[in-house]
Amino acid sequence: MLNRRGANLKGNDRMNLAEVMGNVASIGYGLAAIGPGIGVGIVSGKTVEAMARQPELSGQLRTTMILGIAFTEALGLLGLVAGIMFGGL
Amino acid sequence: MLVLASQDSGYHPPSIAEFFPPALLFEGTPFQIDRIMLIRVLMTVLLVGFFLIALRRPKIVPRGVQNLAEMGLDFVRVSIAEEILGKVNGKRFLPLLTTIFFMVWALNLSGVIPFLNMPSTAKIGVPLVLALLTYVVFNYAGIKAQGFGPYMKSNLFPPGIPKPLYLLVTPIEFVSTFLVRPFTLTVRLLANMIAGHMTLVLFFGAAWFLLFQAGSLLLAPVGVLSFGAGFIFTLFELLVQVLQAYVFTMLTAVYIDGALHAEH
Repeated sequence: MLNRRGANLKGNDRMNLAEVMGNVASIGYGLAAIGPGIGVGIVSGKTVEAMARQPELSGQLRTTMILGIAFTEALGLLGLVAGIMFGGL
Repeated sequence: MLVLASQDSGYHPPSIAEFFPPALLFEGTPFQIDRIMLIRVLMTVLLVGFFLIALRRPKIVPRGVQNLAEMGLDFVRVSIAEEILGKVNGKRFLPLLTTIFFMVWALNLSGVIPFLNMPSTAKIGVPLVLALLTYVVFNYAGIKAQGFGPYMKSNLFPPGIPKPLYLLVTPIEFVSTFLVRPFTLTVRLLANMIAGHMTLVLFFGAAWFLLFQAGSLLLAPVGVLSFGAGFIFTLFELLVQVLQAYVFTMLTAVYIDGALHAEH
């Protein structure tokens, strides 16, 4: 909101050079998406690795992968819900 | 909904108010009927109607719609119930799992049907009821299979841990099993559908605004682009809807399976 150079101006005539409007909740959701994003990436990446090693277990691995993704993804969705609840969007 | 969202001049991004349309009947009572409630009823009728028509006169060699219905039923039985719970228990809990799968899917599906345009699981009612149902069932199954004491013991005091660590482990296990499970089941479905609906409204609303209201030839191509993105996200939503039904059903099966067998 305040610009540093405003302090150098004479008297009270400060000027705003840039202003940020909006809701902090949006930034919060962005932060909340980082962790689950990395997590889902690791889960599916490791599953691909495992499937390449043992293709005959593919079905079982896929089921476990979707479970893992569901658990990880819940964190990101909690971020979304928290944003709506506390930010009023 | 889309037309309403951007009727006056200026672009309005979608907001959470989308999910609270004005009441149509019984306003102010607990039985208030609004648009979303009607969509729920409609989708339920469609679902029941589909199975009634498909399985009205079942043939040994299925044809047409019966084939479709049997594919769905078979999917739940083979790749969810029997894969996770095993043959015997899978058969026992099959009616519950089938109901949850098709109910969630049908109610999600209204999110991409034109003129309905609202996943009816995007309000907390349906997900919460289904999650509580799951909660009651897996606890009941566990208590019935193991008895109350052993069930609690196997959940709260997992074996193979040094005794003092139980101070730490038991509260965590309690919270994660008995409080977080129904909560995340609800929120996972709810938030997925809210987010999906908002994405679609965002793209189609923007397309409408840019094409018909901005009144600028420069912006029209962007509107077309936005419409294309909306279309792609509609396809993505179709995938997410099946996936959420699958995940919800599978988690129910996993929770039941975990409750049936004591940890060793």
